[in-house]
Amino acid sequence: MHIIQILWDRRDFFLTCLLEHIRISLTAAVCAGVIGILTGILISRHKRAAGIVLGIINVVYTIPSISLLGLLIPLTGIGDKTAVIALTVYGLLPIVRNTYTGLTNVDASILEVSEGLGTNQRQIMTRIRIPMALPVIISGFRNMVVMIIAMSGIASFIGAGGLGAAIYRGITTYNMTLTAAGSILIAVFALLSDWMLSKAERMVNRRYGIE
Amino acid sequence: MSKVIEIQGCTAVYGRNEVLSRVSLTVEKGEFLVIIGPSGCGKTTLLKMVNGLMTPAEGEVLVNGERLLECDLTMLRRRIGYAVQGAKLFPHMTVMENICYVPGLSRKMTKGEKEALTCKMLEMVELSPDLASRFPRQLSGGQQQRVGIARAIASEPDILLMDEPFGAVDEITRKALQEELSALWQKTGITVLFITHDIGEAFKLGSRIVVMKDGVIWQEGTQEELMSAPRDEFVKRLISK
Repeated sequence: MHIIQILWDRRDFFLTCLLEHIRISLTAAVCAGVIGILTGILISRHKRAAGIVLGIINVVYTIPSISLLGLLIPLTGIGDKTAVIALTVYGLLPIVRNTYTGLTNVDASILEVSEGLGTNQRQIMTRIRIPMALPVIISGFRNMVVMIIAMSGIASFIGAGGLGAAIYRGITTYNMTLTAAGSILIAVFALLSDWMLSKAERMVNRRYGIE
Repeated sequence: MSKVIEIQGCTAVYGRNEVLSRVSLTVEKGEFLVIIGPSGCGKTTLLKMVNGLMTPAEGEVLVNGERLLECDLTMLRRRIGYAVQGAKLFPHMTVMENICYVPGLSRKMTKGEKEALTCKMLEMVELSPDLASRFPRQLSGGQQQRVGIARAIASEPDILLMDEPFGAVDEITRKALQEELSALWQKTGITVLFITHDIGEAFKLGSRIVVMKDGVIWQEGTQEELMSAPRDEFVKRLISK
Protein backbone atom coordinates (compact mmCIF):
# COMPACT_ATOMS: atom_id res chain seq x y z
CA MET A 1 0.00 0.00 0.00
CA HIS A 2 2.81 2.32 0.94
CA ILE A 3 4.37 1.73 -2.42
CA ILE A 4 1.25 2.69 -4.40
CA GLN A 5 0.87 5.72 -2.14
CA ILE A 6 4.41 6.89 -2.74
CA LEU A 7 4.13 6.28 -6.50
CA TRP A 8 1.05 8.47 -6.61
CA ASP A 9 2.30 11.19 -4.26
CA ARG A 10 5.59 11.61 -6.11
CA ARG A 11 4.30 10.78 -9.57
CA ASP A 12 6.12 13.68 -11.24
CA PHE A 13 9.44 12.51 -9.81
CA PHE A 14 8.83 8.89 -10.84
CA LEU A 15 7.64 9.87 -14.30
CA THR A 16 10.82 11.90 -14.90
CA CYS A 17 12.91 8.99 -13.65
CA LEU A 18 11.03 6.50 -15.81
CA LEU A 19 11.40 8.63 -18.96
CA GLU A 20 15.12 9.04 -18.31
CA HIS A 21 15.40 5.32 -17.69
CA ILE A 22 13.67 4.59 -21.00
CA ARG A 23 15.89 7.08 -22.82
CA ILE A 24 19.16 5.70 -21.40
CA SER A 25 18.32 2.03 -21.84
CA LEU A 26 16.80 2.49 -25.27
CA THR A 27 19.85 4.43 -26.49
CA ALA A 28 22.17 1.73 -25.15
CA ALA A 29 20.01 -1.07 -26.62
CA VAL A 30 20.03 0.55 -30.06
CA CYS A 31 23.80 1.18 -29.91
CA ALA A 32 24.55 -2.36 -28.73
CA GLY A 33 22.12 -3.77 -31.30
CA VAL A 34 23.67 -1.96 -34.25
CA ILE A 35 27.31 -2.46 -33.19
CA GLY A 36 26.65 -6.01 -32.04
CA ILE A 37 24.86 -7.21 -35.17
CA LEU A 38 27.44 -5.61 -37.47
CA THR A 39 30.27 -7.15 -35.42
CA GLY A 40 28.54 -10.53 -35.51
CA ILE A 41 28.20 -10.36 -39.30
CA LEU A 42 31.84 -9.32 -39.73
CA ILE A 43 33.30 -12.04 -37.52
CA SER A 44 31.04 -14.73 -39.01
CA ARG A 45 33.25 -14.51 -42.09
CA HIS A 46 36.55 -14.79 -40.24
CA LYS A 47 36.81 -17.71 -37.86
CA ARG A 48 40.06 -16.59 -36.27
CA ALA A 49 38.90 -13.01 -35.71
CA ALA A 50 35.71 -14.42 -34.20
CA GLY A 51 37.61 -16.25 -31.46
CA ILE A 52 39.56 -13.12 -30.53
CA VAL A 53 36.59 -10.74 -30.61
CA LEU A 54 34.31 -13.07 -28.63
CA GLY A 55 37.14 -13.64 -26.16
CA ILE A 56 37.60 -9.91 -25.55
CA ILE A 57 33.85 -9.33 -25.18
CA ASN A 58 33.66 -12.23 -22.75
CA VAL A 59 36.43 -10.78 -20.60
CA VAL A 60 34.85 -7.32 -20.57
CA TYR A 61 31.58 -8.94 -19.55
CA THR A 62 33.17 -10.33 -16.40
CA ILE A 63 34.14 -6.86 -15.13
CA PRO A 64 31.65 -5.95 -12.39
CA SER A 65 29.36 -3.23 -13.70
CA ILE A 66 30.07 -0.87 -10.81
CA SER A 67 33.83 -0.99 -11.48
CA LEU A 68 33.37 -0.57 -15.25
CA LEU A 69 31.41 2.60 -14.50
CA GLY A 70 34.18 3.73 -12.17
CA LEU A 71 36.85 2.98 -14.77
CA LEU A 72 34.99 5.01 -17.38
CA ILE A 73 34.66 8.17 -15.24
CA PRO A 74 38.21 9.46 -15.92
CA LEU A 75 37.65 8.91 -19.64
CA THR A 76 34.11 10.11 -20.25
CA GLY A 77 33.16 11.85 -17.01
CA ILE A 78 29.99 11.27 -15.03
CA GLY A 79 26.42 11.33 -16.25
CA ASP A 80 24.26 9.76 -18.93
CA LYS A 81 26.98 9.44 -21.57
CA THR A 82 29.14 7.18 -19.42
CA ALA A 83 26.11 5.15 -18.41
CA VAL A 84 25.10 4.59 -22.04
CA ILE A 85 28.65 3.53 -22.95
CA ALA A 86 28.89 1.05 -20.09
CA LEU A 87 25.45 -0.43 -20.84
CA THR A 88 26.29 -0.72 -24.53
CA VAL A 89 29.47 -2.60 -23.72
CA TYR A 90 27.55 -5.06 -21.54
CA GLY A 91 24.82 -5.42 -24.12
CA LEU A 92 27.30 -6.47 -26.79
CA LEU A 93 27.94 -9.98 -25.49
CA PRO A 94 24.49 -11.52 -25.96
CA ILE A 95 23.88 -9.85 -29.28
CA VAL A 96 27.31 -10.53 -30.83
CA ARG A 97 27.28 -14.11 -29.64
CA ASN A 98 23.76 -14.81 -30.87
CA THR A 99 24.35 -13.12 -34.22
CA TYR A 100 27.56 -15.09 -34.70
CA THR A 101 26.00 -18.40 -33.63
CA GLY A 102 22.92 -17.84 -35.78
CA LEU A 103 24.92 -16.95 -38.88
CA THR A 104 27.44 -19.76 -38.56
CA ASN A 105 24.95 -22.49 -37.66
CA VAL A 106 23.07 -22.34 -40.95
CA ASP A 107 22.87 -25.85 -42.42
CA ALA A 108 25.91 -26.34 -44.67
CA SER A 109 23.94 -28.29 -47.26
CA ILE A 110 21.50 -25.38 -47.64
CA LEU A 111 24.43 -23.03 -48.18
CA GLU A 112 25.93 -25.35 -50.77
CA VAL A 113 22.66 -25.60 -52.69
CA SER A 114 22.25 -21.83 -52.64
CA GLU A 115 25.77 -21.46 -54.01
CA GLY A 116 25.10 -24.12 -56.62
CA LEU A 117 22.04 -22.18 -57.76
CA GLY A 118 24.14 -19.10 -58.46
CA THR A 119 23.90 -17.03 -55.28
CA ASN A 120 26.85 -14.66 -54.84
CA GLN A 121 28.53 -14.10 -51.47
CA ARG A 122 26.60 -10.95 -50.64
CA GLN A 123 23.29 -12.59 -51.52
CA ILE A 124 24.16 -15.64 -49.41
CA MET A 125 24.48 -13.27 -46.46
CA THR A 126 21.37 -11.18 -47.13
CA ARG A 127 19.03 -13.83 -48.52
CA ILE A 128 20.06 -16.99 -46.71
CA ARG A 129 22.24 -16.48 -43.63
CA ILE A 130 20.67 -13.39 -42.06
CA PRO A 131 17.01 -14.39 -42.55
CA MET A 132 17.74 -17.90 -41.28
CA ALA A 133 19.62 -16.51 -38.26
CA LEU A 134 17.03 -13.84 -37.49
CA PRO A 135 15.12 -15.79 -34.80
CA VAL A 136 18.39 -16.40 -32.89
CA ILE A 137 19.48 -12.78 -33.33
CA ILE A 138 16.14 -11.48 -32.06
CA SER A 139 16.20 -13.73 -29.03
CA GLY A 140 19.68 -12.36 -28.23
CA PHE A 141 18.33 -8.85 -28.63
CA ARG A 142 15.50 -9.66 -26.24
CA ASN A 143 17.89 -10.93 -23.56
CA MET A 144 20.05 -7.88 -24.03
CA VAL A 145 17.20 -5.38 -23.67
CA VAL A 146 15.97 -6.92 -20.41
CA MET A 147 19.52 -7.02 -19.07
CA ILE A 148 20.19 -3.37 -20.00
CA ILE A 149 16.94 -2.15 -18.44
CA ALA A 150 17.76 -3.93 -15.18
CA MET A 151 21.36 -2.78 -15.20
CA SER A 152 20.43 0.85 -15.93
CA GLY A 153 19.40 1.01 -12.27
CA ILE A 154 23.06 1.29 -11.32
CA ALA A 155 23.65 4.22 -13.67
CA SER A 156 22.54 6.74 -11.03
CA PHE A 157 25.62 5.84 -8.98
CA ILE A 158 27.66 7.85 -11.46
CA GLY A 159 25.18 10.69 -11.65
CA ALA A 160 23.06 9.49 -14.54
CA GLY A 161 19.29 9.68 -14.33
CA GLY A 162 16.71 6.95 -14.41
CA LEU A 163 14.83 4.91 -11.83
CA GLY A 164 18.14 4.10 -10.17
CA ALA A 165 17.94 7.64 -8.75
CA ALA A 166 14.83 6.65 -6.79
CA ILE A 167 16.49 3.49 -5.53
CA TYR A 168 19.69 5.35 -4.59
CA ARG A 169 17.79 8.10 -2.83
CA GLY A 170 15.76 5.50 -0.95
CA ILE A 171 18.93 3.76 0.22
CA THR A 172 20.70 6.93 1.38
CA THR A 173 17.64 8.23 3.26
CA TYR A 174 16.60 4.88 4.80
CA ASN A 175 13.36 5.08 2.81
CA MET A 176 12.78 1.47 1.84
CA THR A 177 9.40 2.23 0.24
CA LEU A 178 11.09 4.58 -2.20
CA THR A 179 13.70 1.92 -3.06
CA ALA A 180 11.03 -0.74 -3.52
CA ALA A 181 8.90 1.54 -5.71
CA GLY A 182 11.86 2.27 -7.99
CA SER A 183 12.75 -1.42 -8.21
CA ILE A 184 9.20 -2.44 -9.04
CA LEU A 185 8.97 0.15 -11.79
CA ILE A 186 12.20 -1.20 -13.33
CA ALA A 187 10.88 -4.74 -13.16
CA VAL A 188 7.57 -3.74 -14.75
CA PHE A 189 9.33 -1.82 -17.50
CA ALA A 190 11.66 -4.78 -18.19
CA LEU A 191 8.81 -7.29 -18.29
CA LEU A 192 6.75 -5.06 -20.54
CA SER A 193 9.65 -4.65 -22.99
CA ASP A 194 10.25 -8.39 -22.94
CA TRP A 195 6.61 -9.03 -23.69
CA MET A 196 6.60 -6.58 -26.61
CA LEU A 197 9.76 -8.09 -28.05
CA SER A 198 8.31 -11.57 -27.70
CA LYS A 199 5.44 -10.39 -29.89
CA ALA A 200 7.94 -9.09 -32.45
CA GLU A 201 9.83 -12.37 -32.23
CA ARG A 202 6.70 -14.36 -32.92
CA MET A 203 5.86 -12.13 -35.88
CA VAL A 204 9.28 -12.70 -37.42
CA ASN A 205 9.10 -16.44 -36.78
CA ARG A 206 5.73 -16.61 -38.46
CA ARG A 207 7.02 -14.64 -41.45
CA TYR A 208 9.88 -17.12 -41.82
CA GLY A 209 7.74 -20.19 -41.39
CA ILE A 210 9.14 -21.33 -38.06
CA GLU A 211 5.84 -21.39 -36.21
CA MET B 1 24.71 -33.07 -81.71
CA SER B 2 26.81 -30.61 -79.80
CA LYS B 3 28.85 -31.10 -76.68
CA VAL B 4 27.26 -29.38 -73.70
CA ILE B 5 29.48 -30.67 -70.94
CA GLU B 6 33.09 -31.76 -71.39
CA ILE B 7 35.06 -33.17 -68.50
CA GLN B 8 38.65 -33.66 -69.55
CA GLY B 9 40.99 -35.80 -67.49
CA CYS B 10 39.77 -34.51 -64.14
CA THR B 11 41.28 -35.55 -60.85
CA ALA B 12 39.77 -34.62 -57.51
CA VAL B 13 41.39 -34.90 -54.12
CA TYR B 14 39.90 -34.71 -50.63
CA GLY B 15 42.74 -34.43 -48.17
CA ARG B 16 44.97 -37.34 -49.18
CA ASN B 17 42.27 -39.38 -50.88
CA GLU B 18 41.95 -39.25 -54.61
CA VAL B 19 38.22 -39.49 -55.20
CA LEU B 20 38.40 -39.06 -58.96
CA SER B 21 41.33 -40.06 -61.13
CA ARG B 22 41.63 -38.67 -64.63
CA VAL B 23 37.98 -38.93 -65.50
CA SER B 24 36.86 -37.83 -68.93
CA LEU B 25 33.23 -37.56 -69.92
CA THR B 26 31.30 -35.76 -72.61
CA VAL B 27 27.58 -35.03 -72.45
CA GLU B 28 25.75 -34.25 -75.66
CA LYS B 29 22.92 -31.75 -75.94
CA GLY B 30 19.55 -33.24 -75.00
CA GLU B 31 21.01 -36.37 -73.42
CA PHE B 32 19.71 -37.89 -70.20
CA LEU B 33 22.91 -39.19 -68.74
CA VAL B 34 22.71 -41.23 -65.56
CA ILE B 35 25.76 -41.84 -63.41
CA ILE B 36 25.51 -44.87 -61.19
CA GLY B 37 27.88 -46.40 -58.68
CA PRO B 38 28.30 -47.37 -55.05
CA SER B 39 28.65 -44.62 -52.44
CA GLY B 40 32.10 -43.13 -52.33
CA CYS B 41 32.77 -43.82 -56.01
CA GLY B 42 33.07 -40.10 -56.76
CA LYS B 43 29.81 -39.54 -58.61
CA THR B 44 28.70 -36.54 -56.55
CA THR B 45 32.17 -35.01 -56.88
CA LEU B 46 31.96 -35.43 -60.64
CA LEU B 47 28.56 -33.71 -60.73
CA LYS B 48 29.79 -30.81 -58.58
CA MET B 49 32.63 -30.20 -61.01
CA VAL B 50 30.11 -29.27 -63.66
CA ASN B 51 28.77 -26.28 -61.71
CA GLY B 52 32.07 -25.44 -60.10
CA LEU B 53 31.16 -26.40 -56.53
CA MET B 54 34.23 -28.61 -56.79
CA THR B 55 37.38 -27.59 -58.60
CA PRO B 56 39.48 -30.33 -60.20
CA ALA B 57 43.05 -30.67 -58.97
CA GLU B 58 43.98 -31.65 -62.48
CA GLY B 59 42.15 -31.49 -65.77
CA GLU B 60 39.51 -29.18 -67.08
CA VAL B 61 35.75 -28.76 -67.33
CA LEU B 62 33.94 -26.99 -70.16
CA VAL B 63 30.28 -26.09 -70.17
CA ASN B 64 28.81 -24.95 -73.48
CA GLY B 65 32.37 -24.60 -74.74
CA GLU B 66 33.31 -22.23 -71.90
CA ARG B 67 36.19 -23.14 -69.63
CA LEU B 68 35.00 -23.13 -66.02
CA LEU B 69 38.32 -21.76 -64.78
CA GLU B 70 37.86 -18.62 -66.84
CA CYS B 71 34.16 -17.91 -66.57
CA ASP B 72 32.04 -16.18 -63.95
CA LEU B 73 30.89 -19.20 -61.91
CA THR B 74 27.98 -17.39 -60.27
CA MET B 75 26.49 -16.38 -63.61
CA LEU B 76 27.11 -19.85 -65.05
CA ARG B 77 25.34 -21.55 -62.14
CA ARG B 78 22.23 -19.46 -62.72
CA ARG B 79 21.99 -21.09 -66.15
CA ILE B 80 22.40 -24.63 -64.74
CA GLY B 81 19.58 -26.24 -62.78
CA TYR B 82 20.60 -28.00 -59.58
CA ALA B 83 18.48 -30.39 -57.53
CA VAL B 84 19.71 -32.53 -54.65
CA GLN B 85 18.57 -35.30 -52.35
CA GLY B 86 16.05 -34.14 -49.77
CA ALA B 87 15.29 -31.08 -51.97
CA LYS B 88 17.03 -28.72 -49.49
CA LEU B 89 14.42 -26.04 -49.98
CA PHE B 90 15.10 -22.76 -48.22
CA PRO B 91 13.11 -23.22 -45.00
CA HIS B 92 12.49 -19.52 -44.46
CA MET B 93 10.92 -19.00 -47.87
CA THR B 94 7.48 -19.97 -49.13
CA VAL B 95 7.06 -22.31 -52.09
CA MET B 96 6.67 -19.28 -54.35
CA GLU B 97 9.84 -17.65 -53.03
CA ASN B 98 11.74 -20.91 -53.46
CA ILE B 99 10.57 -21.34 -57.04
CA CYS B 100 11.32 -17.73 -57.99
CA TYR B 101 14.68 -17.84 -56.21
CA VAL B 102 17.05 -18.21 -59.17
CA PRO B 103 15.42 -15.71 -61.55
CA GLY B 104 15.13 -13.34 -58.56
CA LEU B 105 18.91 -13.40 -58.08
CA SER B 106 19.53 -11.57 -61.33
CA ARG B 107 16.66 -9.11 -61.41
CA LYS B 108 13.80 -7.78 -59.35
CA MET B 109 10.59 -9.58 -60.17
CA THR B 110 7.12 -8.06 -59.82
CA LYS B 111 4.48 -9.86 -57.79
CA GLY B 112 2.57 -10.66 -60.96
CA GLU B 113 5.63 -12.21 -62.60
CA LYS B 114 6.31 -14.30 -59.53
CA GLU B 115 2.76 -15.56 -59.37
CA ALA B 116 2.68 -16.43 -63.05
CA LEU B 117 6.01 -18.27 -62.90
CA THR B 118 5.05 -20.15 -59.73
CA CYS B 119 1.75 -21.21 -61.24
CA LYS B 120 3.44 -22.44 -64.39
CA MET B 121 6.17 -24.33 -62.55
CA LEU B 122 3.79 -25.92 -60.04
CA GLU B 123 1.69 -27.16 -62.91
CA MET B 124 4.77 -28.59 -64.58
CA VAL B 125 5.67 -30.65 -61.48
CA GLU B 126 2.01 -31.57 -60.98
CA LEU B 127 1.35 -29.69 -57.77
CA SER B 128 -1.65 -27.59 -56.87
CA PRO B 129 -1.15 -23.80 -57.17
CA ASP B 130 -2.67 -23.55 -53.67
CA LEU B 131 0.69 -24.64 -52.26
CA ALA B 132 2.41 -21.39 -53.36
CA SER B 133 2.08 -19.72 -49.97
CA ARG B 134 3.11 -22.76 -47.91
CA PHE B 135 6.45 -23.15 -46.20
CA PRO B 136 8.61 -26.22 -46.97
CA ARG B 137 7.99 -27.84 -43.59
CA GLN B 138 4.28 -27.83 -44.35
CA LEU B 139 4.86 -30.07 -47.38
CA SER B 140 5.31 -33.83 -47.66
CA GLY B 141 8.67 -35.25 -48.77
CA GLY B 142 7.41 -35.86 -52.29
CA GLN B 143 5.96 -32.36 -52.56
CA GLN B 144 9.24 -30.86 -51.34
CA GLN B 145 11.13 -32.82 -53.96
CA ARG B 146 8.78 -31.59 -56.66
CA VAL B 147 9.25 -27.99 -55.54
CA GLY B 148 13.01 -28.66 -55.54
CA ILE B 149 12.79 -29.64 -59.20
CA ALA B 150 10.60 -26.63 -59.95
CA ARG B 151 13.20 -24.38 -58.31
CA ALA B 152 15.94 -26.00 -60.39
CA ILE B 153 14.22 -25.43 -63.72
CA ALA B 154 12.41 -22.14 -63.03
CA SER B 155 14.94 -20.05 -64.95
CA GLU B 156 14.68 -22.43 -67.92
CA PRO B 157 18.24 -23.71 -67.81
CA ASP B 158 19.47 -25.91 -70.63
CA ILE B 159 21.38 -28.17 -68.26
CA LEU B 160 19.93 -29.86 -65.19
CA LEU B 161 22.15 -31.48 -62.57
CA MET B 162 20.42 -33.88 -60.21
CA ASP B 163 22.16 -35.54 -57.29
CA GLU B 164 20.03 -38.48 -56.15
CA PRO B 165 16.96 -36.24 -56.14
CA PHE B 166 14.55 -39.08 -55.36
CA GLY B 167 16.66 -40.74 -52.70
CA ALA B 168 14.57 -39.58 -49.76
CA VAL B 169 11.01 -40.27 -50.93
CA ASP B 170 8.85 -43.37 -50.69
CA GLU B 171 8.66 -45.97 -53.46
CA ILE B 172 5.29 -44.89 -54.91
CA THR B 173 6.19 -41.21 -55.00
CA ARG B 174 9.56 -42.06 -56.55
CA LYS B 175 7.88 -43.91 -59.42
CA ALA B 176 5.60 -40.94 -60.07
CA LEU B 177 8.47 -38.46 -59.90
CA GLN B 178 10.54 -40.55 -62.32
CA GLU B 179 7.72 -40.57 -64.84
CA GLU B 180 7.18 -36.84 -64.52
CA LEU B 181 10.87 -36.11 -64.91
CA SER B 182 11.02 -38.33 -67.97
CA ALA B 183 8.06 -36.52 -69.51
CA LEU B 184 9.60 -33.16 -68.64
CA TRP B 185 12.86 -34.14 -70.30
CA GLN B 186 11.10 -35.22 -73.49
CA LYS B 187 9.01 -32.07 -73.54
CA THR B 188 11.79 -29.54 -72.94
CA GLY B 189 14.81 -31.20 -74.52
CA ILE B 190 16.90 -30.20 -71.51
CA THR B 191 20.25 -31.92 -70.97
CA VAL B 192 20.15 -33.89 -67.73
CA LEU B 193 23.01 -35.25 -65.66
CA PHE B 194 21.49 -37.52 -63.05
CA ILE B 195 23.07 -39.41 -60.18
CA THR B 196 21.60 -42.48 -58.55
CA HIS B 197 22.60 -45.73 -56.90
CA ASP B 198 19.42 -47.47 -58.04
CA ILE B 199 19.93 -49.40 -61.30
CA GLY B 200 16.18 -49.60 -61.95
CA GLU B 201 16.02 -45.80 -61.86
CA ALA B 202 19.06 -45.58 -64.14
CA PHE B 203 17.55 -47.88 -66.74
CA LYS B 204 14.17 -46.20 -66.55
CA LEU B 205 15.46 -42.66 -67.03
CA GLY B 206 18.83 -42.69 -68.75
CA SER B 207 19.42 -42.45 -72.46
CA ARG B 208 23.00 -43.32 -71.60
CA ILE B 209 24.42 -44.79 -68.40
CA VAL B 210 27.83 -44.32 -66.86
CA VAL B 211 28.96 -46.84 -64.25
CA MET B 212 31.53 -45.51 -61.80
CA LYS B 213 33.76 -47.39 -59.40
CA ASP B 214 36.62 -46.19 -57.20
CA GLY B 215 36.90 -42.79 -58.85
CA VAL B 216 36.99 -43.94 -62.45
CA ILE B 217 34.43 -44.55 -65.17
CA TRP B 218 34.13 -48.32 -65.21
CA GLN B 219 31.81 -48.71 -68.16
CA GLU B 220 29.40 -46.60 -70.17
CA GLY B 221 26.67 -47.28 -72.69
CA THR B 222 22.95 -47.73 -73.16
CA GLN B 223 20.91 -50.17 -71.14
CA GLU B 224 21.19 -52.77 -73.93
CA GLU B 225 24.93 -52.39 -74.20
CA LEU B 226 25.41 -52.84 -70.46
CA MET B 227 23.10 -55.83 -70.37
CA SER B 228 24.63 -57.59 -73.36
CA ALA B 229 28.27 -56.94 -72.61
CA PRO B 230 28.96 -56.12 -68.96
CA ARG B 231 32.64 -55.41 -68.43
CA ASP B 232 33.07 -57.70 -65.41
CA GLU B 233 31.45 -59.25 -62.35
CA PHE B 234 30.98 -55.82 -60.74
CA VAL B 235 28.83 -54.51 -63.57
CA LYS B 236 27.04 -57.82 -63.89
CA ARG B 237 26.13 -57.77 -60.22
CA LEU B 238 25.07 -54.13 -60.41
CA ILE B 239 22.65 -54.62 -63.31
CA SER B 240 21.22 -57.86 -62.02
CA LYS B 241 19.83 -56.15 -58.90
